[in-house]
Amino acid sequence: MARFEISVALTQGAFSLVVDVRVECRALALVGPSGSGKTSLLEVLAGLRTPDSGRVVMDGDTLYDSAQGLNVPARARRVGLVPQDVLLFPHLGVRANVTYGQASPAPDELMRVARLLEIEPLLDRSVDGLSGGERQRVALARALLTGPRRLLLDEPLAAVDLARRRRIVDALVQLRDDGNVPMVYVTHTVEEARALADHVLVIDQGRVVAEGDPAHLLW
Amino acid sequence: MTGGSLWQIASFTALAALAATGMMLVPGVGLAWLLARRRFPGKALVETLISLPLVIPPVATGLLLLWTFGRRGPVGVLLERAGVEVMFTPAAVVLAMAVMGLPLLVRTARAGFEQVTLRYEQMAETLGAGPWRVFTTVTLPLASRSILAGALLGFSRALGEFGATMVVAGSIPGRTRTLAVGIYSATEAGHDGEAAALLVVSVVIAFGAVLASNRLAEVR
Repeated sequence: MARFEISVALTQGAFSLVVDVRVECRALALVGPSGSGKTSLLEVLAGLRTPDSGRVVMDGDTLYDSAQGLNVPARARRVGLVPQDVLLFPHLGVRANVTYGQASPAPDELMRVARLLEIEPLLDRSVDGLSGGERQRVALARALLTGPRRLLLDEPLAAVDLARRRRIVDALVQLRDDGNVPMVYVTHTVEEARALADHVLVIDQGRVVAEGDPAHLLW
Repeated sequence: MTGGSLWQIASFTALAALAATGMMLVPGVGLAWLLARRRFPGKALVETLISLPLVIPPVATGLLLLWTFGRRGPVGVLLERAGVEVMFTPAAVVLAMAVMGLPLLVRTARAGFEQVTLRYEQMAETLGAGPWRVFTTVTLPLASRSILAGALLGFSRALGEFGATMVVAGSIPGRTRTLAVGIYSATEAGHDGEAAALLVVSVVIAFGAVLASNRLAEVR
């Protein structure tokens, strides 16, 4: 179980995001319509966006606290981020992308993650010709290889075919429980939210409109 | 030929332009990045100063350089104390070329940096990369085509530099005479054949540079 304390206010133009959540869980799912602020919240957690005020604690680490003037930079947050638009580096091949955040080259670890996400045949390819699902699996591998303390995943499997998606969700569940890696997971798929998350935040127009156990909240 | 051999003038010009390009590369790329990515006090002033050589007469730029780097100029005094003389030496040719080429490099490279999506840099940060690693492994490679195009533009500008070179380096045969200056000197002296020969060489070198720059813009 990891403790999430996410209490932030963020304004950008006409949009405002106000979240105040304290919860003990292994994985937190964020669901809600497009433009509701899920991605902004994920970026706040990753340290890519500084809120106006508030406090972010994940798994015992205080990452942001406006009262103390604390803001851990993104590079020190040890998050494995898979953004919605994947953001593979276009000038690097698949292998260089995947190992970009690896502290020290560990071929065994690379092959283990590559097998897990079924990207071994892609390693020597360029990023250009990859399909949407392949790009997402490569991005997930890149995030996992940093040895993250927590995962922030923004619809990471949206373009992955169904059979693979089930296998990868299983692998993520295993990582969550055996690897003790808490997750925040943005998804539109009820099935994924139920499989992965033990707490759900329903976000709409920058506010948490419902939260609780996915088994009760999602149908 | 009276004004140094054709080959000597051509190779000196190309080498000086190359040296000028090398000289402007680091400060030019640094400035381009600062202007594209950072807000700082006096930014508008820096932008204007860098672009000035594009709009004021090159002879005026030359005069400003002469006042700065000449024996009584603020930089010239320091250089003289160190036993270094710049004006009317080959170094002055390189200096004039670099100052005249810099705006083209900075403008082109800046546009290149502005096209690099900030989010790739943020992605690299979340993967643990510090500012220098982000710059060298993400920003710079993604902007490299524009930087190269800018360097080639700066090089081409340097090749044809005349006004500023004339003021700070003169037209000393075998020492500071470049193709552009040589054409002028030969014409002045009524050596039409020599002027024509220098002109042909200029066209050939410029043709190559423009061809290369166009190829660079095409190949993706």
